[in-house]
Order: sequence, then C-alpha cells, then structure tokens
Amino acid sequence: MNKTVNQKAWFFVIPVFVLVAFNAIIPLMTVVNYAFQETFGNNVFMWEGTRWFKQIMLSERFHASLGRQFLFTFIILFIQIPLGIAIALTMPKEGIGVPVCLVLMSMPLLIPWNVVGAMWNIFALPDIGFLGHSLNALGFDYNFTQQIGDAWFTTILMDVWHWTSLVVLLSYAGLRSIQPAYYQAAEIDGASRWAIFTKIELPKMKKVLTIAILLRFMDSFMIYTEPFVLTGGGPGNATAFLSIDLVKMALGQFDLGPAAAMSLIYFFIVLLVCWVFYTLMMRNEEKS
Amino acid sequence: MAKVTLKGLSHSYLKTQSSDADWAIRGVDIDWNDGGAYALLGPSGCGKTTLLNIISGLITPTKGDILFDDKVISGLNPVERNIAQIFQFPVIYDTMTVYDNLAFPLRNRKIPEEEIKVKVHEIAEMLELSSTLNNRASGLTADGKQKISLGRGLVRSDVNAIMFDEPLTVIDPHLKWILRSKLKELHQKINRTMIYVTHDQTEALTFADQVVVMHEGQIVQTGTPVDLFEKPKHTFVGYFIGSPGMNVLPCQIKGDDVIVNGKKIETHQQIKKSNFNKTEVGVRPEFISFSNEGIPVKVLSVSNTGRHKIVDTESETGKIKIIAKSNEDIPSGSAFLKFKKEYTYTYGDSWIIE
Repeated sequence: MNKTVNQKAWFFVIPVFVLVAFNAIIPLMTVVNYAFQETFGNNVFMWEGTRWFKQIMLSERFHASLGRQFLFTFIILFIQIPLGIAIALTMPKEGIGVPVCLVLMSMPLLIPWNVVGAMWNIFALPDIGFLGHSLNALGFDYNFTQQIGDAWFTTILMDVWHWTSLVVLLSYAGLRSIQPAYYQAAEIDGASRWAIFTKIELPKMKKVLTIAILLRFMDSFMIYTEPFVLTGGGPGNATAFLSIDLVKMALGQFDLGPAAAMSLIYFFIVLLVCWVFYTLMMRNEEKS
Repeated sequence: MAKVTLKGLSHSYLKTQSSDADWAIRGVDIDWNDGGAYALLGPSGCGKTTLLNIISGLITPTKGDILFDDKVISGLNPVERNIAQIFQFPVIYDTMTVYDNLAFPLRNRKIPEEEIKVKVHEIAEMLELSSTLNNRASGLTADGKQKISLGRGLVRSDVNAIMFDEPLTVIDPHLKWILRSKLKELHQKINRTMIYVTHDQTEALTFADQVVVMHEGQIVQTGTPVDLFEKPKHTFVGYFIGSPGMNVLPCQIKGDDVIVNGKKIETHQQIKKSNFNKTEVGVRPEFISFSNEGIPVKVLSVSNTGRHKIVDTESETGKIKIIAKSNEDIPSGSAFLKFKKEYTYTYGDSWIIE
C-alpha cells in the first residue's frame, strides 16, 4: 500500500505537542535541571552532579517515607482488591438492583479528594465526629490526631471507602462479560462454587483486575490530598507518605535540589513497579 | 445410559401466559430410546435450545415431566441427572491444560486419579487430541477447543445422555464435516443416547436416526430423514426440509375431489373430513413434471445447478418450483404440470389430512 505523503499534517500534531510540553515535558525538565544543580536564586546555578541523588538514596528520612508508602499501598491493595471482587460477586445481575447498586457504588468516586479528606477529618474527630465519638463511646481510646495506629486506621479506612468502588465496578464489568454457557458447563461438569470462582471467574477477570491493580497501585502510591487534609502527615511523621514528605522538603524547607532528585527517584519507582507488574501479568497472554 | 421420555412439557419465560405465543415450548411429548441418535431441528427461536436445557436441568419447565428410564427426574439438578452437554461456543477452562480440562468432570466426581488417566487418554485418542494433552487449552484453535468441550462430555462413561447444542456453529465448513463424521463414529463406538440440536437440516439428517422438527414451540413431526422428506406431516416440515422446499398451494375440497386452480388433482390420501379454515396441497419440486395437461403455469426462469435444473413457474394461485433433470428440455412460456400422486398431500390448517 502506498501511503500518501502529506507533511502539512504535522501542523495538526502541534497543539497536542504544545499542550504535553507545557504540562509534562517542560516541568519535568525543570525538575531534572534542579536535580543536578544548586541554586541560590537570581537564576544562578552551580553543577552538583549526582550529589542530591546520593544524599536522597542514603537519607533515612527518605527510606522511612518510602517504607510507609509501600506499607500503605500494600495494605490498601490487600483490602480493596479482594473486597472489590467479593462485592462485585454479590451484586445483582438483573432488575432494578443493577442501576441502584451501580449508582451507589460510583458515589464515592465522584467526590473530590480534598472533600473526602475534610469529610473524614470531621467524621473521625474524637469529640464531635460520628466515627470518633462512637468509637470512644464504645470504650475504644481513639484519637487519630495523636495516636499513630489510629491515624493509619483512619487513613486506610478512608482510602478503602473512597476507592474500593473502582475495583467493584471493574470486576463487575469483567464478571458480566462471562458467557452464561460457562456457568452452565461448570454446573454440568459438577464444579463447586469455589472451582467456578477460581477456574472461570478469576481467569476471565484477569485483564480487568490487572487494570484495577495498576490503577490502585499508582493512585495510592501517589496519594497526597486526602492524608494531607486528614492528618497532615502526622502525628509526627507517621502518615507522611512520599508525596507529603516531598512537598515538605520542596516547599517547606525549600531544598529544591534534593526535592527534585527525590521526585525523579519517586517517578522511576512508580514506572518500574508498573512495568514489572504489567509484564508479569501479560507474559502468559502472549504465549498463548 | 437411559431412555428419555418427555410428558406434556411446556415452558414459558413469562410469569403469566395469555396466548400461545407466550410459551417457548408447549405440549411436547417425546419418547427416545436408550442409545439412539436424535436430532432436534428447527429455525432459530423455535424452542429447541429451551427444550434441551430442560432435559439437562438448566431450566425448570413450567409444566410437564421428564423421565429417564421411566423415573421422574424433573426436580433433579444437572449433576444428579448425570448428563453431558456441549454448547454452541467452545467452553474451556483457560488456565488448565487440555488434560486437566478433560479430567475436570471426573475430578469433581472424586474418581481416582489412575482411572481418570486411562479415561482421558482414551478420549483424547478418539478425538485426536493426544499430542496436545500437556498444552494450555487457551492456545488451541476454535475446533480444537470445541473438541475439548466434546471430550469433557464424552469422558464420563456413565452419563444418561449427551446433548449437543449446535456444537459446530463456530467450526470451519471443511472441519465441520470431519467433526460430524467423528461424532457419528463415536456414537457407534460408545452407544449412548445422543441428542443433537441444530437449525441445519444437513447436520440433523446426517447425524440422527430420528429427527424431531420443531416449529413455534411445538413438535410438528418426528421421523426418519426419509419420512420427513417423503411425507411431511405439516407444511412447515415441507418447506423447512429440502432444497428448495415443498410447494404449498391453496386448494378447495369438494366431496372427494381436491381442486387446485380449478383443476381436479389426485393426492395420496382419501379425504374424509373437510371442515378446515384453510386447505392446501403440498408437493415437493422433485415430484412435479411437465405434461400435456394439468395445472397451467407460466415458466419464469430456469437455473441450472449442474446436477439438476430448478424451474420457477407461476400458476394462478402462486409460484411453483420444479426440479428437472439437467438434460431435460424446459418448455418456455406456458406449460402444464403434473403432480406425482404418491407424494402429493392435502393439508388442513397446515396439518396433513389423514
């Protein structure tokens, strides 16, 4: 086939290129610029090479926030994925229940991040919040602003509330796309409910679950607004996840060099984990 | 293995039924002998899949009973009924190997692993799957996958009946022929009751000893392929089976005489009763010839298929198709037709008059 050569077509690409350049490439390059240099303002820069990278990689503060970040992400994935699948399995498959459930499920997803944070902050206040007050009335010594365990518990609960719906909706879509013949065949083959789940439903949901895990990993790994509004990273640094710590370093202490180096490391960790995970999940797919 | 009997079976997908059209199947009675090969033939939406799912226990009928070996089994689930069913689209367990797929129904029934091994290898041999036993099932082609579905149905030696729901729909035409012969061969080898649902007359007629033709939820005729061809009991059977189908023309019955287009014709039956809303004469294109006298027609067109000629003609009350030998001379313009008496039937309200 002969392709028509039309160099003028490049003009159509320009708006997108400009847009991407302004919102992604140029800011990223600025960060790269800061990561390798030292500045005292007035646009005076001095070359520092890999000094900031070494400093960050060896800093205990970075290790601690990275550790907290991974712990948080693993906990919420561990809760949200099974819980999301379980809810999707119990959702009605026909009738008026379907739209009702879908709308109810989508509600938390429509609420802006800072509103979620503010809502949960008030909800969990130990003296006047419904959750905080109730827990204390039941005899628990609950105060998320002072106790580390309570702060983690509240942050995780908030994230589960906010994002499990996404896993539910994706899993539900995956489940609905399974042909009824699979269930009928399994029934005739005498398969147990557990076998139907592991041999039919899970394999058929594999693709949507891959997407769900990837999205939840990325979002939770980059979480900022909700814990910032809820706990502000505290008590102490207990819920200072990577992004909160990064903002503290960049805008609080104005350590632009180390903050820029940290941003790049942060970015590469997300990229690397996503790539490894996606490659592993899709490896078998290509074979067959 | 079992004899399958259906008694007064009716099913509706609606909660309340006001007319005949609300029933997916109505008043079905069937007796199928142990070890026979049967086909359920009918167009899409005639209720054949519903009937099959009722027999296998995936659907509970609104009315009527299902009996295996004269025992009522209406309340039992598919596992208790011990039947096998093969669906239109290949159903395989993606994550398992071909071997595990075939072994799955046996493992669910807690059969010892050594026994499973023997059985699976035997079936794989029959279906020519032996070389792929250790491959992932998801990597196979459509016909390979459908063979696995077939294999899972055949692997259990004690099933009461094996049911096929248009199993060759997704298979390439040249493989269709091979798989169909394979099925026929398997039936002779394992001698189990097989029920085959299809809308394809060739599939039904080549596979089954007895064909059940369904139309709008009812059984219109049960018989051997020859019966269905030579003596259709319902005008629907006439034009659904055969290519082209039977010619059906309106007629009047006066006393003992059958009159078509003002001409008296001779039919197979003796007419005793004539109080019908609608009376028709049916005759297959194969049993009509050109003559010097008879029904006057105008020849419209002739198409030569190589083996024979199909002639389209028009009479006063409708079109008539004729199959003539490929070397026969076809008159042009007006002509007269003669129907072979033995194969010409009269129908009252679409059913044969007897």
